[in-house]
Amino acid sequence: MESTADRFVDNAHRALADETLQQAMGHVRVNFIEKRRLAVEALPEFEALRQAGRNMRDRVLADLDKHLLAFEAKVLEQGGQVHWCVDAEAARNKILEICREAGARRVTKGKTMIGEEIGINEFLAAHDIEPVETDLGEYIIQLRHEAPSHLVAPAVHVTQKQVEETFRQVHRDLDAKRDLSEPRSLLSEARTKLRQKFVTADVGITGANFLVAETGSSVIVTNEGNGDLTQTLPRVHIALASIDKVVPTLDDLTVLLRLLARSATGQEMSVYTTLSTGPRREEDHDGPGAYHVILLDNGRSKMLGTPKQDLLRCIRCAACLNHCPVYQAVGGHAYGWVYAGPIGAALTPALIGLDHAADLPNASTLCGRCEAVCPMQIPLPDILRYWREEEFKNGAAKPGRASQSIRRGLRLWAFLARHPRLYRFATGIGRRILAGRAGRAGRLDKVPLAEGWTVNRDLPAPSKRGFHALYRKEYRG
Amino acid sequence: MSDRDTVLAAIRANKKALPADRPKAEPLPVPARGQVEGAKRRDLFIRMAQAASASVEVLTSPEEVPEAVANYLVAQNLPARLVLASDPAIANLPWHDYPMIAHRIGAATVQDHAALTVAFAGIAETGTLALLSGAETPTTLNFLPEHALVLVTTDDLCGTYEELWLRLRAATDNGAYWPRTVNLITGPSRSADIEQQLLLGAHGPIKLHILLLDLDA
Repeated sequence: MESTADRFVDNAHRALADETLQQAMGHVRVNFIEKRRLAVEALPEFEALRQAGRNMRDRVLADLDKHLLAFEAKVLEQGGQVHWCVDAEAARNKILEICREAGARRVTKGKTMIGEEIGINEFLAAHDIEPVETDLGEYIIQLRHEAPSHLVAPAVHVTQKQVEETFRQVHRDLDAKRDLSEPRSLLSEARTKLRQKFVTADVGITGANFLVAETGSSVIVTNEGNGDLTQTLPRVHIALASIDKVVPTLDDLTVLLRLLARSATGQEMSVYTTLSTGPRREEDHDGPGAYHVILLDNGRSKMLGTPKQDLLRCIRCAACLNHCPVYQAVGGHAYGWVYAGPIGAALTPALIGLDHAADLPNASTLCGRCEAVCPMQIPLPDILRYWREEEFKNGAAKPGRASQSIRRGLRLWAFLARHPRLYRFATGIGRRILAGRAGRAGRLDKVPLAEGWTVNRDLPAPSKRGFHALYRKEYRG
Repeated sequence: MSDRDTVLAAIRANKKALPADRPKAEPLPVPARGQVEGAKRRDLFIRMAQAASASVEVLTSPEEVPEAVANYLVAQNLPARLVLASDPAIANLPWHDYPMIAHRIGAATVQDHAALTVAFAGIAETGTLALLSGAETPTTLNFLPEHALVLVTTDDLCGTYEELWLRLRAATDNGAYWPRTVNLITGPSRSADIEQQLLLGAHGPIKLHILLLDLDA
């Protein structure tokens, strides 16, 4: 997928001014957070599971080659195939090769972030193979030619009214006067339309939430059932997974399953958790005749042994997005690439390079809620700080970067801070002006020289007398 | 170098040993909730399945199954027609006593409105069903029809997932005969992709009706 991660500041400004988006994002601020809280409260072992899950993932990463080889051996034993791919291009070519071998003209797709990462839809379409997204949210945004804006709820930025408009525009064969005022009727229409696609697809492509070395299985976790129809009905199943998805045993898998649904949607379990292992057996009446796993690196092996390694524990639950004040305000598209929110801000620079995503680590208040809710205890604020330091080192050589203006501001502040009389004089003037402007409201919706900052925020007004003045009065008489 | 060699070489070059204070292995936490037996386990399974919007009907003998199915179809205002798994636990039931139900045995198609299959196990911890693919239990029965009816006996209820894996390893000669598909199903399909409004019945079944056979009741 093409990236606009290098334009976060512009993207964010547009998002904040987009009233429809702001209306849609309101649902994130309420629903996800409350549901997760209730589910976590209902499981006393949740914190113990977080700890065990983190430790287990770290153990796997310390021996990742061994676990991947064990997984591969089991897949082969079960009659499946594993394709290792160093980067997006290698993965795209391998998928195309499999599709061509199967004589595929239509491919149904379950939800896969790796698919987004390697831009598989555009690639297949360019080679005359029709990719059809089947998750309702993914279907909606595919019809609207948009990218997902959330890991779990890809169309969270779209309002119901927009879905109706899109369906009327695209489903032209249906009665123009049909009633689509209820969400139920929109869902039914999508279900009917996609049923036709499911039964005529030649290849089904899904993601993989996890890979289990013990059994050689890929695991998907969904609520709609589309992923299962995608991997059951066509002749060929391709599961797309990155190398960090492997867990050793079914019991290890269970730890992550107990954390995933609760963290993501506040469910005890998602509706469908499915383990796929090899192709259909000789005696089976259904299921695909061939089973392929794409094992994608795309920069992840380089993260091992660095401060970014902890990101490889991520299980893509999106709790960090849901709880992030920046994500809640600007939505997912502002982040400009596949992964949004705090995990996106931390992961994108590692995958596409800091040069292409320099603003993302600044898209955080470092409030720490992301780390507090992360089921894998990923130290997201630390990693964002690490990136800021890297960017600051880089920025010296690259004029015009945001870090340049930050640098100038800090230099001015440092000068004043080293000259206490000047500092008090300057801040005294500023304080009097701001306090005077705020009047009795105590809040400022406009600040001279910082209009950009106050477009979407109010500044609490400073008190008329500063700390130094008060201190002198109270303690020195 | 092949991509496989390149990726493995990069992992080996970069991977870092665990910090010394980290355990090399540790027992994984198992929620106390599921560690119950007998009637408590059955009641937990029912409660959790219902919380996930499945309906549960307790039967005390296999002979009651066809009647329960007939009543379900009537109550849901469905044609008296369904597709059955060929598993003996279902195919050998006295369907001939209910000639008004037109049944077919095999995999499901898009024309089927209702299906009855049998679960390998139920997991009380979350009210989940474990269904295996196989000649006698095709996977399409679990997903294509709008109404999924599933038979499970109380003897096959596990308290926790750990217990399920133990039984599954035992039943497959420690994985040698592992099924193509293991479906863990918790309630009927749903979507909240339109403004976060939860709707039951997305691409999978709109209803999940569990026939819980309790021979001790």
